[in-house]
Amino acid sequence: MRKGKVTRGKRVIKSGLIAGGVAVLVSLIGMVEAFSQRYIVADIISIGHALLLGIGVLTGYLSVRESRSGLTFLGAVGAGGIAGALLSLLVIVGNLIPLRRVFINASPVLFELLTLGQGSWGTGILVLLGCGSAAWGAAMALVPQKYRKAALNAMGWVVTLGVLQDLVRPLLAAWGPVADFSELVFEANGLTLEGALGTMAVVAVGTLFWKGKGEKFHELIRGLDPAMRRALRVGWVAFILAILLVLPHILGLFLSEVLTVVGLYVLLGLGLNIVVGFAGLLDLGYVAFFAIGSYTVAVLTSPELGFFNLSFWVALPVAIALGVVSGVLLGIPVLKMRGDYLAIATLGFGEIIRILVLSDFLRPWLGGAQGIGKIPKASIGGFEFATPQALYYLILAGCAVVGVISWRLRDSRIGRAWMAIREDEDVAQAMGINLVAMKLLAFATGAAFSALSGAIFATKLGSVYPHSFNVMISINILCLIIVGGMGSIPGVIVGAAALVGLPELLREFAEYRLLVYGAALVAMMILRPEGLWPEAVRKRELHFDSATHEMRFSEERGDEAP
Amino acid sequence: MWSIGAILLTLIVIGSWSTLSSGKYSARHWLDFTIFGLAQGSIYALIALGYTMVYGVLRMINFAHSEVFMSGPYTAYFVAAFFHTSGLLDSHPLLSMLVVLLVSMATSTFVAYLLERIAYRPLRTAPRLVPLITAIGASFFLQYTFRGLYGSGFQAYPVIKPLERHWEILGLRILGFQVVIIVAAAVMMMALYLFVQKTRTGKALRAVSEDKETAALMGIDVDRMISITFIIGGMAAGAAGVLYALMFKQVHFFMGFIPGIKAFTAAVLGGIGNIPGAMLGGIFLGFIESLGPSLFLDGLGIVAPYQLKDAIAFTMLVLVLIFRPTGILGERLAMKKA
Repeated sequence: MRKGKVTRGKRVIKSGLIAGGVAVLVSLIGMVEAFSQRYIVADIISIGHALLLGIGVLTGYLSVRESRSGLTFLGAVGAGGIAGALLSLLVIVGNLIPLRRVFINASPVLFELLTLGQGSWGTGILVLLGCGSAAWGAAMALVPQKYRKAALNAMGWVVTLGVLQDLVRPLLAAWGPVADFSELVFEANGLTLEGALGTMAVVAVGTLFWKGKGEKFHELIRGLDPAMRRALRVGWVAFILAILLVLPHILGLFLSEVLTVVGLYVLLGLGLNIVVGFAGLLDLGYVAFFAIGSYTVAVLTSPELGFFNLSFWVALPVAIALGVVSGVLLGIPVLKMRGDYLAIATLGFGEIIRILVLSDFLRPWLGGAQGIGKIPKASIGGFEFATPQALYYLILAGCAVVGVISWRLRDSRIGRAWMAIREDEDVAQAMGINLVAMKLLAFATGAAFSALSGAIFATKLGSVYPHSFNVMISINILCLIIVGGMGSIPGVIVGAAALVGLPELLREFAEYRLLVYGAALVAMMILRPEGLWPEAVRKRELHFDSATHEMRFSEERGDEAP
Repeated sequence: MWSIGAILLTLIVIGSWSTLSSGKYSARHWLDFTIFGLAQGSIYALIALGYTMVYGVLRMINFAHSEVFMSGPYTAYFVAAFFHTSGLLDSHPLLSMLVVLLVSMATSTFVAYLLERIAYRPLRTAPRLVPLITAIGASFFLQYTFRGLYGSGFQAYPVIKPLERHWEILGLRILGFQVVIIVAAAVMMMALYLFVQKTRTGKALRAVSEDKETAALMGIDVDRMISITFIIGGMAAGAAGVLYALMFKQVHFFMGFIPGIKAFTAAVLGGIGNIPGAMLGGIFLGFIESLGPSLFLDGLGIVAPYQLKDAIAFTMLVLVLIFRPTGILGERLAMKKA
């Protein structure tokens, strides 16, 4: 419902101001400065600068592409220039007034970074860079799709390699001949210039070459007889399994630690995936079961309290059983609630449990704010799961069991009942599904997985504190299954790797983790509500109404069997 | 289900009886608790208005409303601190407080408007879970944006001296800032109520919350009305933020979460979607929170009952959702439409 005809000039200014506003915000929040020491291409482009350039490119691209603003190439460049000018205005104002009293990140370092250390010339450079990046974005929007994809892939690969260098380098270094190659591409703090350009060239040529071949390859596989396809699939699974088994030895201590954290979140995610993804019951108090699992193990095993002093393996089934019981107990009162009300009620439950654990009232039994320490490590025979590498196997085993259970449940009668409830409770009931039993089963299964994760978490840390179980954990888990794709099992793993693993790799990122989570969630819900690795059915549902989306998503096909 | 309710009720009665008969607290204490509860409840009520109005119009829980609430006083802090250092706060307390209040309201309003425009508007027709998740995302985004902008520490709000004294009102001695909070909140709620009930825009707002399609057919610009809803909610939240800062004397980027949940509880308690209900619910929750721990938890022999203050609020929330999801004044929404 646009009122009247907006002139083109106004649209240029509007796009420019929006982009400039975003750029100023990103700078003031401190992201540019925080990422200035992490280079994508060594000593040339840092992630911070790439962020700002990315805003420019996006502005140019969207200005031309969006049907609503539909600017010409020159208009887009103008918008980029305005964005750059706004940013340089920030620098000028910042040099005149002590902005820092209010905005703690408006430091001289930031201004120097923004002007590339060129002093007052830098403001001009900023405008030019704004124009340039927008021109690049606009050009990308105007060239045929084939070349656009090649260019996008090329840039994407360089950025990904640069961001994930800490992960990629040890992987490459593990193997003799590749290690030499890795020396060529990577420097101590980023890609080399040659490496970056080479990667771009290879990826761009590769994309152009691969175009159309991917479809043929899929057809080739589809053309094979069932036995062969089965063998291929088994081989593929075996290959992934083998990689998973040797992974901690390649990655070393720190990255194995990251893997264990990701693994715990995968466990939690798989559990919540059953409750939210399969059965559609939005549970924001999910952390309660994680806490119950942890505290059960702590109380049963820790000599600090000295009640039981059991071993981990005895405590584990008790923890899971308690998880199931509490899942049912907390599920019963909320059986009749739906949607947002359920979310809020479960959020309330989660907080009540945390507050109770934290209180002095239950302190003699649960340790209060000091928590419980000295939880023994799990061990089999003489082998103790103490190092991250050893724990990794424990968690991997847990993930494998839980993954297989989820996968089998999804395709079972129970799974179909859950999904029917998710789609429409009343119709599901009319079809003869026992709502009470099915909902409680979903809560109980989810709680069991969560309690398992909590139990491992307790032995991993060796101590539990009430502060580890705040509502953020619930939200993190929810975010990861949504980002991965609700109801999708591989999606949970992708989501956990992206939301939990990535921030661990980018340590500067820690402070902005939740900020990026938030923005990602909003963007995801608006642009791609089905998640990164969605279930085939869900993807179709969410994009049923719009023909353009239907086309867009038929290009990038998931590997999941329908 | 009802047996749980009965058990809780008996526990409350037993607890209250034993506290009252032990005579641990004097009448003076109870009066202080009550006034404190009323002040805190008025703040909850102001925030709850935002939840309830948005729910009325969009049928969604605006999870990010707690951040709308936080943004105002956090931004206005810098104005207040400036007035404090320049001495204006001591020489013209009323004027400078008014400016601080206006800055806070303006910021919150702006944030609320942007929030609706950017995050919620594209999702009008999306399935129900989608806007809720968006709201959670927006909430985090805003929290950490403000953390990035202003830093992660607690900022101490400057103290206004005349408000820290006890005032003699109707023979009762009440802390100054509590009087200000109660009066300001009452004035604002009254104004809002009149706006919604008596003006043309208010009528349009009510029409939109009744039925969007029909309202659109009657020539009401629904998008504009939704924006106005967010703007009003933002104004109330911004004002509540300054009052909150007067009471607790500090601001922080995470300060919105707990009051936000409490205010939501208040909105549910009063019947979500219902404006007088939100006010009533807020004040009721304020009372329960300030009186509850000493009234019935203490009597049950629980150590340090004040630590469980938030647990009472959340238990209250869950109980209302279970036993009377329509709230005190609400229509029957939770089962069918929710």
